[in-house]
Formats: sequence, structure tokens, C-alpha cells
Amino acid sequence: MITLETIAATGVFSVAWLMIAIPGLMAGLLLISGKFFDRSGHWMAVAASSTSFLLAAWMFVQMLTADPEHRAVSVPLFTWIDSGTWSVSAGLQIDQLSIVFALLITGVGSLIHLYSVGYMAHDVRRRRFFAYLNLFVAAMLLLVLADNYLVLFVGWEGVGLASYLLIGFWQHKPSAAAAAKKAFVMNRVGDLGLTMAVMSMLALFGSSSFEAVNAGAAELSPGWATAIGLFLLLGAAGKSAQVPLQGWLLDAMEGPTPVSALIHAATMVTAGVYLVVRSHEVFEMSAAASTAVVIVGAVTLLAGAWIGTSKDDIKKVLAGSTMSQIGYMMLAAGIGPAGYAFAIFHLLTHGFFKANMFLGAGSVMHAMNDDVDMRHYGALSKVMRVTFYTFAMGYLAIIGFPFFAGYFSKDHIIEAAFEHSLWAGLAALIGAGITAFYMTRLMLMTFFGEKRWREGVHPHESPKVMTVPLIILAVFSVIGGALMNAWIQDWLEPATGGHVTEISLVPNLIGWITMAVVAAGVTIAWFVFGGKRTIPDVAPATRNPFTVMGRNELFGNTVNDVLVVQPTMMAASGLVVADTKGLDGGANGLVTVFNGLSNQVRKLQNGQVRTYALTMALGAVAVGVVMILSQLG
Amino acid sequence: MNNIPTPTFEWLQLAPVMAVLVAACLGIVVEAVAPRARRFSLQVVLVVVGIVAALGLLVLNFFAGNIGILAMGAIALDGPTYLMWAALLVFGLLSILVFAERRVDNGMSAFAASAASVPGSQAEAEASEARHEHSEVFPLALFSLSGMMVFCAASDLVTAFVALEVMSLPLYLLSGMARRRRLLSQEAALKYFLLGSLSSAFFLFGMALAYGFSGSFDYRGIDAAVAAPVYGHGLLVTAMVLMAVGLLFKIGAVPFHNWVPDVYVGAPTPVTGFMAISTKLAAVGATARFFFVAVGAERWSWQPMIAAVALITMVVGVVLALSQTDIKRLLAYSSVSHAGFVLVAVVGAIVSTDTASSMAAIMYYLLAYGFATVAAFAMVTLVRNAAGEANDISNWAGLGRSNPVLAGAFAIIMLSFAGIPLTGGFIGKWGVFAAAWVGGYSWLVVAGVIASLVAAWVYLKVIVAMFFAPPVEGVSIAKGSLVTTIPIAVGALASVYLGLFPGPVMDLVTGASIFLR
Repeated sequence: MITLETIAATGVFSVAWLMIAIPGLMAGLLLISGKFFDRSGHWMAVAASSTSFLLAAWMFVQMLTADPEHRAVSVPLFTWIDSGTWSVSAGLQIDQLSIVFALLITGVGSLIHLYSVGYMAHDVRRRRFFAYLNLFVAAMLLLVLADNYLVLFVGWEGVGLASYLLIGFWQHKPSAAAAAKKAFVMNRVGDLGLTMAVMSMLALFGSSSFEAVNAGAAELSPGWATAIGLFLLLGAAGKSAQVPLQGWLLDAMEGPTPVSALIHAATMVTAGVYLVVRSHEVFEMSAAASTAVVIVGAVTLLAGAWIGTSKDDIKKVLAGSTMSQIGYMMLAAGIGPAGYAFAIFHLLTHGFFKANMFLGAGSVMHAMNDDVDMRHYGALSKVMRVTFYTFAMGYLAIIGFPFFAGYFSKDHIIEAAFEHSLWAGLAALIGAGITAFYMTRLMLMTFFGEKRWREGVHPHESPKVMTVPLIILAVFSVIGGALMNAWIQDWLEPATGGHVTEISLVPNLIGWITMAVVAAGVTIAWFVFGGKRTIPDVAPATRNPFTVMGRNELFGNTVNDVLVVQPTMMAASGLVVADTKGLDGGANGLVTVFNGLSNQVRKLQNGQVRTYALTMALGAVAVGVVMILSQLG
Repeated sequence: MNNIPTPTFEWLQLAPVMAVLVAACLGIVVEAVAPRARRFSLQVVLVVVGIVAALGLLVLNFFAGNIGILAMGAIALDGPTYLMWAALLVFGLLSILVFAERRVDNGMSAFAASAASVPGSQAEAEASEARHEHSEVFPLALFSLSGMMVFCAASDLVTAFVALEVMSLPLYLLSGMARRRRLLSQEAALKYFLLGSLSSAFFLFGMALAYGFSGSFDYRGIDAAVAAPVYGHGLLVTAMVLMAVGLLFKIGAVPFHNWVPDVYVGAPTPVTGFMAISTKLAAVGATARFFFVAVGAERWSWQPMIAAVALITMVVGVVLALSQTDIKRLLAYSSVSHAGFVLVAVVGAIVSTDTASSMAAIMYYLLAYGFATVAAFAMVTLVRNAAGEANDISNWAGLGRSNPVLAGAFAIIMLSFAGIPLTGGFIGKWGVFAAAWVGGYSWLVVAGVIASLVAAWVYLKVIVAMFFAPPVEGVSIAKGSLVTTIPIAVGALASVYLGLFPGPVMDLVTGASIFLR
């Protein structure tokens, strides 16, 4: 058991709250300033996000130069709630785990801000968009920098809000509004889990701080450990779109593409993984809960990959892929100490290459008049060189091509999964093959083959402000893995308590098998979609159950509909009936009685002074009688 | 015959009352000498200057720490007096300001052109044609205000009675001066006068018996006689009953409330607002002082009676408010029910050990009620159609759409009346119920809570009408001038403030709740 020792904040760490405050205040400023900042607001948002990044980078450098015992810093801010039996102080905890998140959020976030300057150039509500983006950055930073679960929950809800606002940003589209609502509602289910977890912690430990919870976890009864673990998992599944709460993520692609890249690929959806890793002491106390995490991760990684194989909408393919990759991370996080560092490692590399590919997809959509159907693409590699090459880097990274980013991070997870159990390893291995298949399919349908462009579409490369972030992200997609491979485990060990596993650059047996499976996936895709094969203009009708299920997102929506939505609707209409017939009937009956009474009594108010005077006189007598009676009593 | 003491009069301590009286007298002079065109604005200036000066003098006295029994035992200047006077002056200023509204009704005030002329007569038509106005309403209101101030501070029965008449007589007049629906207004004034005289008779008779019992008009003398009675107990009980009738009439408690709805509806709406808060405040103050100071040692005798009156007042007020369709009538019954809630706190008094709890609760309730009432009646003057004020609640439908700000303010006021949390009304109700609970009247608290639940229906009905019903043709919220909008804004904001931050005001009323005896 390694308990993280934190030191008091000095220097730049004492102003760590600025990292959150600057984008937060900027969001507020942009929202209330009206038209005043319409012309400059987007650059101000970029500046706010970049300032946070510089602060994070500065702290990171300070931590790098400090000796390992003195890297984790706690920054107490104020006492939030003090109720006697339990207290919550709001503070920040900047340790090895949270700083890499802060770097990812602000770094990738700033690049996506920059990209959005180009992408949203012609949107009339641009200022609002950037305000929401800044709000998201602030909330996400609060989520990862909080030093206790309750403050984390504030950030958790904040990113949920930002996500809701941004998915539905194009509110004129009913589909976007519906998607935003769906994301919100399904996230509420997950939030319920997190709420119950936090309440359990407050009840059991009298505090929700990571320190107290991790210290107290060892004394938890197995029942409580499992309960808290499952509550946390429910929360994580909601935010990270894991089975069974996965349904909202594909619909969330209704939001502008930079949003999909930032929130629904690189950062927010990985919050669930962060939560599980952060709560590792709890999960280590309960085999049942951690096994549940592994199962959820394994199921989701296969389900997401499956969906990815059958969608024609480029963003939905990538969304399925995101689900799948987060499934990998969950799987790793559930494995235990051996997997924490790999989960975070894959989270970081995924942040790079998935953001890269989403932004690439955005660039393609930009060129194709916002058409998302890959069947209308083809042969784009010639006209969009920068987008193509950067996208290709992301592609090679995700399928795990040797020495690209994903190669390191994903292979570690597959190995660790095999060490955990055969079925987990097989799931991860098969997932890798399917990933190779659907990503190759995406590449071939988009960039190769024949032009299947619609009329009036003239693809062109995107402006510099969009391609520069692509290039930077592409570079990290290539070198991110190699850069962190040897370092990340040592770095994270104090925070996650992971045991360092020896890793070598030379693949072992599982590594070779993985490469073979990936190669097979690529090859199959090539035979189906590559070369001069024609891609049908509409998805061919098929009875193949696998394809049908994939196209319908494994009937996740139907399941939700039958299991949740319809019963809820029926319960709601039942309640309405009970309410009108029972409660309202009762209440209205009461009111009717009172109204009847009222109508009788008001007859005394007949407007005649003599009646009034009589009433007064009788009243005086009555008062006297009451007085005399009370003397006797 | 040579031992009559030289009368003493503490000018500085009594200066707040004097300032109001002087302003009123100057108002008469203005009526006599100023040209007609100037009078109205001069009167408004006089009112504002007089009341603000009185407030200033009050604050001066407060910080000088002046307390004591003044004017040879006639007036007690103590914590409750300071609070009552301050509240009366503030509410008086706000509600008299509404008198000055001339923008909403064709450039004329709400008062008759010639109140003495027969409705529908040639004289009336001529006065209206000449656009005459009764600017005497301002000095009348000031005289009434000065009477209220003395009434709630009076420390002997004669002063109390004189103050009662000084406060009431101008109100009888004011009630009959409505510009529109004059017959209704005059009828209301006459009713008010007749029933008020009847109640005064009760009060006077009670006074006589109290004097008979104690040989003193002075509250301290009565208190001493209660401690060491010379005459039988029956005399005192009868005196208390008769005094109570007179006082409860002014408070508007059931069964002495019949005048309230008729007079509130008939009187010009600004006058109704003035009466609804100021009269009630002064009467509650006087009642509390008489029952706590003069016969506080006899509280076991009068508490059951006041409790019974409180109960029936809450119930009847709420039940009758339910079936009202006229907003002024609804507010009238609402004010009856609020009188009941205040009496709940009066009952809760534990005089011997701790009067603080009860008086603080009473004051807080009255403050919350006062701010809401001032704003509510000011609002009533603004909702108009072609025939003047559109007082039928059906006419208020949909106002939330045409004027969300004012309708929102009115909704806040309704919520405060209903005692919904985060409004002053909630803290006020909480306080009076807590006082009664501590005082051992838990059954009354239960009844009060039930009554307030039913009452919520009354107020929510209005809010629902304003915000969730389609607008009515021809009705709108008139664009009032500042004299009307300021009271509405102050009332709504104060209702929220008293609900959100009860601390400072609660400290103030708790710190100044001990009667001097």
C-alpha cells in the first residue's frame, strides 16, 4: 500500500487555481459581454486556454526537476462544508497523475481551440461556442485537479453541462437537441452512481478527500468496498460511454467536430478511467468490483469496435472507435496495479491520435460541405495532402503499427490482459484485429479509391489555422508512445501505486501475435474495400446479423427504449393518471370543500352595517365567554 | 389643589412625532395659501421632508440611547417603540408616495375632484372638468400617521384613546375620497366610521372599567393593581375583554373584521395600502403593549382568548380568501389572516421571563408583511383597463407576458405572503410559530401551519393566472411613475432580502424587543 504523500504548495503551485479560474472567468466574460467581444472573443478564449497550458507546463517542469518524494502538491483553498460529523474542504491536488491530465486537457484543448478558430469562422454564435469550450476546460481541470470527490463531482457536473451545451450547440437541428438531451439524461444515470459513492464515503469516512478515502479503504468491509466500487463504476460508465450507458456517445457526434475531438474523444470521456484509477485503493479491496470493471471494459471494447465496422458516418466510426479504446483503458484499470499506468498511458496516446483523427475528419467534412457519409468521399489523399498525412499518422498509431504511439500503449494492455485472464486477453486481442479492420476501411473509403463526391463539392485543403494543430497532434501520434514508454510507469507509480513491469522494445510472443492479428485485419479490409473495388453509393441491404447489429449500434437504443424509456413513459403516464385521479382529486376535493365553506361563510359578509355591528357585539360576547371559560378551566 | 406638577415634555425625544405633526400642520397652511396648481407637489415635498426628518430624528435619538417614559407617563420610548416608529415612518412614506401617482389615470390622482359633492351631480362634473384634486389627502395621512405613532407608544389609556381617534378619523375621511366608484367609496367610509365608533365605544368602556379596577390610567399603575388587587377580578376580566374588542377591531381580527373587506375595496387603493400596513402595525403595537405591560401578569387570563381569536382569524381569513375573485378583496382577507398569524405570536409571549422572543417575532412578521403589502397595493393601482383599476383577478391573467418584471415582483410578493422559503414571509411565519411553540401553544402552531398551507393556494392561484393564462384584452400594467414603482421595487427586494439574509434584521428586532415598564 503506497499512500501518496503531498507537500504544501509553494511558488507557482500556490496559484494553481488560476489554471481553472482563467478559462472559467473567460467563459463567464464571453457569455455576459454580449456582442462586445464578437470579433475578438475566440482569440481571447484561445489565450485563456493557452495560459492554463503554460501554467500546467511550468508546474510539470517544476515537478520533473523535484525529487520523486516531493512532486505531489496539495493546494488547500477553503473550507467548503463543515457540518460537525463531516467536513469538506475545497482544495487542489497536483500530483503525477493529475498533472499529465492537466497537460493533456490544456495542451490538446488549446490546439483544438486554435483549430476551432478556423472551423467555426463562419458561425454566427462563435463567441458563445468559445465560451462553452473555455467552460469545459475549466470544469475538466477542476475535475482532475480536485483533491476530493465532492469537488471532483462539481467538475464532473461542469463537464456534463459543457458537453450538453456543445452537443446541442447547433440547436436549430432537432437531432442535435435530441442528442444533447440524450447525453444529459444518460449521464444523469451515471451521476447518480457517483453521488451515491460520494455519499457513502462521507458516511463511512466523514470526508470525501482522496487522502482520507484511500487511507480508509483498507478498513472497508468487503460489502461496502464492492458497493462503492460499483457506484464509482456506474459513474465512470456514464461519463465514459461504457456498456450499458454507451448509447449517448454516437448521437453526441451531432455537435461541432472540434467538440467531438476535445470532449467526446480526448478528454471528458476518459474521466471515467481517471475516476477508477484515482479510486484504485477502493477497487483493490474488492475483487468483484474490479472484475466488473474488466468485464465492462472488455464488452465495451468489442462492442465499440463492432459498431465501428458497420457505420458509414465518418464521425460515428470514430465514435465507436473511441468507445472501444476507452474500453481498453477500463480493462487495464480493472486489471489492478499492473494496469493503472498502462490505462493512463493509453489514455494519453489516445488523446493525441484520436483528437488528431477527429480534427482530420473535421477537415474532411469542411472540404466536403459538411457531408459525413464516407460513401460520398474517396480519393481525397490527392487533394488534401496535409489532412491525409496527419490522418495517416493517427491511423497507424491506433492500429498499433510498430513504434507509433498506440503500438506501445495498446500492446501493454493486451499483455496485461493475458496475464489477468485468458478471456480478457482474447477480447483485447480480437478488438485489436477489428480496430485494424474498421480503421483501414475508413482510410480506404475516405482517402483512396475513386471519387464519389456529390455534385458541387470541390474539396480543398483547410486553412493553416486548422492544419497546424493537425500537424502538431500528428507528431505526437507518432512519437508520443516512444516518448513516454519508458518513463510513464515510474512517473505515475507514487500516485497510482502501480508496480513497474519490465518492458522491452523487442516484442514478446504476445506482441508478435498481436501484430499478426492487426495485419490480418488490415488485409481483410484491403480485400473488401481496397484497390479498384467499387463502393456502393448506399449501404447494401443485408441480412447478415453482424452487419445489421453493427449498423444499429448493437440495438443499444432499442434496449434502452424497451428497458428504460418505455417503462418510464408508462410509469409517467400512470403517474399522471394517479395524480389527476388520486392526488389532484384529493387536493381539488379539499379545495372544493374549502371553497364551499368559503361560499357559505361569505354570506355573512352581506354589506349591511347593522349585521356587522351585530356580529361585533356577538363577537364581544363570544370573546367574553371564552375568557370566562378559560378562567374556570 | 396646589400639588399639580408642572407638565414636562421631552421635546427632543418626542421630536419624531412632532416632525410628522408639524409637517401635517404645514400642509394645512399650504392648502390655505398656496395656489391650486402648486399644492399637490408642495404637499408631496412636505410629506417626504417631514417623514425623512422624523426618521432622522429617530435615528439621532436611537444613537443617543434615549429611552424612557416621556410626557409625564403618556408615552414610552423603548425598543419596540423605536422599531414601530421606524417601521411606521418607512411604510408610511412608501404608501403615501403612492398617493402621489398621477400618471396612470389620465394625469389625475386616485382621489375625487370634489369629495363633498354628490356623486353624479353637476358640482362633481364641474370639479372634474376643472381637474381639481384633493391635495388635503397628504396632511390627512400625516395626521393619521402621527396618531399611529402615539398609539403604539402610548403608555396610558387616555393617550392611547386619543391617539386611536387621531389615527382613525383621517382614515374615515380618506376612505371616502375615491375618484372612481364614489358611491362604493362613500359607503365604505360611512361603514368604517360607524363600526369604528362602535369599537371606540367598547375601548372607552373597557378603559373606564380598567380605571375602576386600578384607579390609574397608567399602564404601570394597572400593572401594580394587578399585582395587588383592591377590587374583584371580574372587573379586570371585563375590562380586558372590552379593551380587546377595541384593539382587535383595529387589527382586523375575526369576529371584528367585517369592515375590512368592504373598506379595503371601497377606499382608494393607495389609502387601502396605507391602512393595511400602518393601521395594523400601530394596532398590533398598542395591543402588545397593553397586554404585555399593563396586564402582562394576568396573561393566563387573556392568552386563551387571544389564542381563540388568532385561530378563528387565521381560519376565516384563509377560507374566505379562497373564494375571492377581486384582488383587493383577496388582499383584504389575506390581511385578516395575517392578523391571525401575528396574534399567534402575541399569544406565545412569556412575559415574566422573556418578552423578547415574542416581540421580535411580531416585529419581524410585521416587517415582512408590511413590505409585501405596500408593494401589493401599489401594484393593484397599476393594473388597469379603460374603466380604471381592473381588480377582478380574471383581468390579471397573462400579465406575466406583457410585463414580466412587475409581474415577477408581484409574484415574489405573493410568495412572501404565502410564506414560501427564501422570502421574508417564511422567516416571519417561522418566527411566530416558534414563539407560540415556546409559549406552550403547540396546537395553535399546528392549526397555523395548516392554515398557511391552505393560504398558499390563494396566492399561487394569482401567480398561476398571471403567468400561465392567456392575456385579457384591454388590460395592461400601466406605466407608473417612480412614486409607484419605488414602493413596488422596495417591497419586492425587501421581501427577498428578509428571506435570504434574515440575520441583521433579526438581530435588530431581537435587540430592541424589551418593553419599558
